[in-house]
Amino acid sequence: MTTMPFEDLERAYDELAAAIDRVGPSGEALLLAKLALLLAQRLDGIATFRESLAVALEDLPVAG
Amino acid sequence: MRPAGRGPLESLYFHYPHFSARPVPELDGQTITHPVAIVGGGPVGMTAALALARYGIRSVLLDRKPTFNDGSRATCIARASYHIFEQIGAVAPFLAKSLGWRRGRSFFRGREIYRFDMPHSDDEKYLPMYNLQQQYLEQYLWDAVARSPLIDARWESEVSAIAEQPDGVRLRIETPLGAYPLTAQYVLAADGARSAVRGLLGLRLQGENYEGRYVIADVRMEHDYPTERRALFDPASNPGGTVLIHKQPDNIWRVDYQLRDGESAEAAVEEANIRARVGAILKDIGHDKPWELEWWSIYTANTLCLDDYTHGRTIFIGDSAHIVPIFGVRGLNNGLADAFNIGWKLGYVLGGQAGAGLLDSYTPERRGATLDVFANASKSARFMTPPTRGVALMRAAVLSLALRHDFVRRFVDPRQMVPYTYRETLGETARRRDSEFSGGAVAGSACVNAHLADGSYLLDHVGTGFAGLYFSDGAPLDPALAARLGALDPRFTLVTIAAPGAAAPAGAIADPHGTVSRRLAAGPGSFYLLRPDMHVAGRWRRLEATEVTDVLALALGRSQGRTG
Repeated sequence: MTTMPFEDLERAYDELAAAIDRVGPSGEALLLAKLALLLAQRLDGIATFRESLAVALEDLPVAG
Repeated sequence: MRPAGRGPLESLYFHYPHFSARPVPELDGQTITHPVAIVGGGPVGMTAALALARYGIRSVLLDRKPTFNDGSRATCIARASYHIFEQIGAVAPFLAKSLGWRRGRSFFRGREIYRFDMPHSDDEKYLPMYNLQQQYLEQYLWDAVARSPLIDARWESEVSAIAEQPDGVRLRIETPLGAYPLTAQYVLAADGARSAVRGLLGLRLQGENYEGRYVIADVRMEHDYPTERRALFDPASNPGGTVLIHKQPDNIWRVDYQLRDGESAEAAVEEANIRARVGAILKDIGHDKPWELEWWSIYTANTLCLDDYTHGRTIFIGDSAHIVPIFGVRGLNNGLADAFNIGWKLGYVLGGQAGAGLLDSYTPERRGATLDVFANASKSARFMTPPTRGVALMRAAVLSLALRHDFVRRFVDPRQMVPYTYRETLGETARRRDSEFSGGAVAGSACVNAHLADGSYLLDHVGTGFAGLYFSDGAPLDPALAARLGALDPRFTLVTIAAPGAAAPAGAIADPHGTVSRRLAAGPGSFYLLRPDMHVAGRWRRLEATEVTDVLALALGRSQGRTG
């Protein structure tokens, strides 16, 4: 598995923050959902997506 | 519901006939055991009666109302249903009146994001879908019922009690002329979503109710637009909701729109609110001319069905057995398939050509078809009516991306369905031989059609019983085998297809361009065995005579110890 060099990851971090600010609170969930689908469809299959989703869920409280 | 000032059945375009209860022998105290009593005279009940009549079986057809169901309701009738109408001798008026179509277009905030054409070819006799108001459907089926000397239709006749007996079922019928007992060997419960028979037997549907509700409204207007399924997501006229538009005959247009979360159903169906919402939708699609409000109702999506469609000698067909989401247009169409499935089987059983065990195949096949609808229609229902915030968010993401990107557009597909493949009731031989084919119609599926050189279609030639499609290598089918098949099923029809370039046996169908053999992935010596409902009972890449007779016997419910 190739990983993004840290310098590029920093750029992605900043650009995502800026995009979230750009759409504001009412658009942020939709933006992130679209981005997730766009990135998912570049994967070979569901396995990597599932691993990443599981990691993203870590340490987040679940809704009541 | 209809606008204020109009009676409940006062339609702008349809005249509802009135049928009164008639005197019947049971009112005089006569006891008759009818072969079949059908409770519910809607589309499914009438189709069952006509299917039984096709096999020479009398039925009593009971409906508690004095007329047809009200409103356009189901609207979309699929290709397979037109084949059923043809088989029961009723298709001509449907073709004259209904509007055929293949195309669907989906829009997000006014921009087209998806377009599909349902599969179709010159080898199909009928288009994939036809739009027709349900009143017309019931009228045309009724005309065929009234012509049949084998159907005793009794309107204003309500079932108030039902009891299983050793050799039949006893009903109590309430009519304006009095109450009477009615006895039948079998009962078909075709009395709809709120089935009285189901309630009287203490049976309950199992499954899920979806949150989303839709208003369905018919308007009359002159609107220049082709017959297409039009889906509008998040239009200006219904923000956050979905709208479906279908064209029907007589300038009647169906508009279905989703209610918002928390919107009350009672308020939604008030005439003023209907007029406001429908008016906004019509403006949205560019209609600025007059329009008239004809009828409206409210609909909720559900996936509910009985655990067992048979209860002793009472068999459930249509909405009495299963309630499915509106999306995917399977409610009526699966009900008609139920009716024809049980119709030929009961016809054979009561005619003495099959053992009663044949009826055991009804629930696995038709409940299997229901579960298949749930699996597919659930996806469609979840997209049309997102049940949770998470699903709503993902749908919003897909719709937004679909404006410019192709990879998500399949999410928007309404997942139109095809007839179910009956794998549950195939024996081991049929399964094994099926895998020898690399195309064609798989065992259990609805056989494919083919346009023949003489202009007719392959399935025009299969008759009313089981049929054999024999791909000749020049010689006719072994007469001894043909005789054995005819002995098993007196209605058996042999269809011989000549190989291109080879000698054609007498009466064989010419296939000069190899169309039929290509459509069925067959070669000389191949054989397809079809059921009366034109589903494939078994197929052989190279005919095995003893296996064919075994599979036919199995399909007639005559074999014991079958495996698979």
